Amino acid sequence: MKLITAIIKPFKLEEVRTALTDLGLQGMTVTEVKGYGRQKGHTEIYRGAEYAVSFLPKIKMEIVVPSAQVDRALEAIQRSAKTGQIGDGKIFVSPIEHTVRIRTGEADDNAL
Amino acid sequence: MNFKNLKRLAASGCTAAALYMATALPSLAQDAAPAPTLNTGDTAWMLTSTALVLLMTIPGLALFYGGMVRKKNVLAVLMQCFVTTCLVTVLWMVCAYSLAFTTNPIEAYQPYIGGLDKLFLAGVGKDSLTGTIPESVFMTFQMTFAIITPALIIGSIVDRMKFSSLLFFMALWLIFVYAPICHWVWGGGFLSGAGVLDYAGGTVVHINAGIAGLVACLVLGRRSGYGAENMAPFNLVLTVIGASLLWVGWFGFNAGSAVASNGSAGMAMAVTQIATATAALAWMFSEWLVHGKPSVLGIASGAVAGLVAITPASGFVDPKGALVIGAAAGVGCYICATGLKKLLGYDDSLDVFGVHAIGGVIGALLTGVFAVEAIGGKTGLLEGNFAQLPIQAYGVLATILWSGAATFVILMVLKFTIGIRVTEAAEIEGLDVALHGESVQ
Repeated sequence: MKLITAIIKPFKLEEVRTALTDLGLQGMTVTEVKGYGRQKGHTEIYRGAEYAVSFLPKIKMEIVVPSAQVDRALEAIQRSAKTGQIGDGKIFVSPIEHTVRIRTGEADDNAL
Repeated sequence: MNFKNLKRLAASGCTAAALYMATALPSLAQDAAPAPTLNTGDTAWMLTSTALVLLMTIPGLALFYGGMVRKKNVLAVLMQCFVTTCLVTVLWMVCAYSLAFTTNPIEAYQPYIGGLDKLFLAGVGKDSLTGTIPESVFMTFQMTFAIITPALIIGSIVDRMKFSSLLFFMALWLIFVYAPICHWVWGGGFLSGAGVLDYAGGTVVHINAGIAGLVACLVLGRRSGYGAENMAPFNLVLTVIGASLLWVGWFGFNAGSAVASNGSAGMAMAVTQIATATAALAWMFSEWLVHGKPSVLGIASGAVAGLVAITPASGFVDPKGALVIGAAAGVGCYICATGLKKLLGYDDSLDVFGVHAIGGVIGALLTGVFAVEAIGGKTGLLEGNFAQLPIQAYGVLATILWSGAATFVILMVLKFTIGIRVTEAAEIEGLDVALHGESVQ
């Protein structure tokens, strides 16, 4: 099992969700986050006072998938989240040791 | 109202009212003969105006200011505006109305301050008249002006003033600054005697509050983190709602200052609308030119600058004059609220000085230029009256001197007795939690 953590542009969330659902993947957790990468931030001006806003709003999406499906999931996220503009986000993949479904007690791949 | 009622009112109240008018309200005095009777149209409009002007402070100004501070201080600002409304109401009833609007029995003092005849509204009965409206309505209408003036000062002291100290400041300021200056201009004092034109409060309200705001932010010092931390507004939606309510309420402020439902009120309403829209555009275009983007805060601020500047002029200028006054206020206040503030480094947090003092001065002086006889019976520079502009400058200067000096003394007394500033820990935590035990989620 792998944990896929994707940081994406907020308005791309629905497209990415649809792409993953089409693969048969069920369930994900999303969080509204702020951050910056190469896109950096922007400047806001209020009555002449300039403030640099470094942290831009993004969506952090977390989804745990069976190892065999990782490549397809990554491809789906990349395809659906891409605009080609700076600030499209990043995807991180990390190993998951163990998974339990609370309601049934099913474990690992069966719990996904 | 039936005829019988009208006759009764006229018989009981008009003699006192006529006397009152002759001494206290020179702008109305020429209409005072023969003895006025209650006019239901005037009364209806003044009841409405009074509600409109109260709407300017709560919720108008409260939202306008509340949206501009940081999230941790929003409730504190709403609280400051609300408590000022309540405190001034009580003090106006107790003594400030009398000090502003009665004739001082000691003749030598009359140019500067009124008397104590109407403490606790003594003699303000159901049938007493001021001009053609009940005195109760006139008193309450003027009360709403007394409420918004100190409330305006809040913009310069947000995020850092002690609440207890604010209460003392508001009370003392109302009695020692607002009441006398109100008396000078509208209570038969020396500025009205000198011929200063101030239709709805350019000097009494706006220059007065603007200068007090500047002094207050200088005495109080800057917010901690000023210039280094991000102090971007919490929610400009609130600010735009607030500015819009101010705009609507201002029809009561300016057109209500006719104290009648007539052509003067109508013209005051028209020029108010024109100057406000012009100033909003002028600020927006100035900002667009200088900073590259027309901002929401900019157009809202410009509208308020225009409202301020047309205030003293509203019963005296025609629509063309309003256009120029609006444009001058939009550009002038933009320069002062952005450039001048940055240059001099004072933390007038929400630009009380930059908008109200500067807008007030622009309006007061330009009243001396654009006043036309056909509108308010007074002439300005453009109609060949060279004397009016210096008289206007005299009114501006007198207001600046008294407001500045008295505000400074009040604040220094408070500073060295109960203290005027919250602790740094409270300031960092935010006044909502530190002073009021509440927060906005």
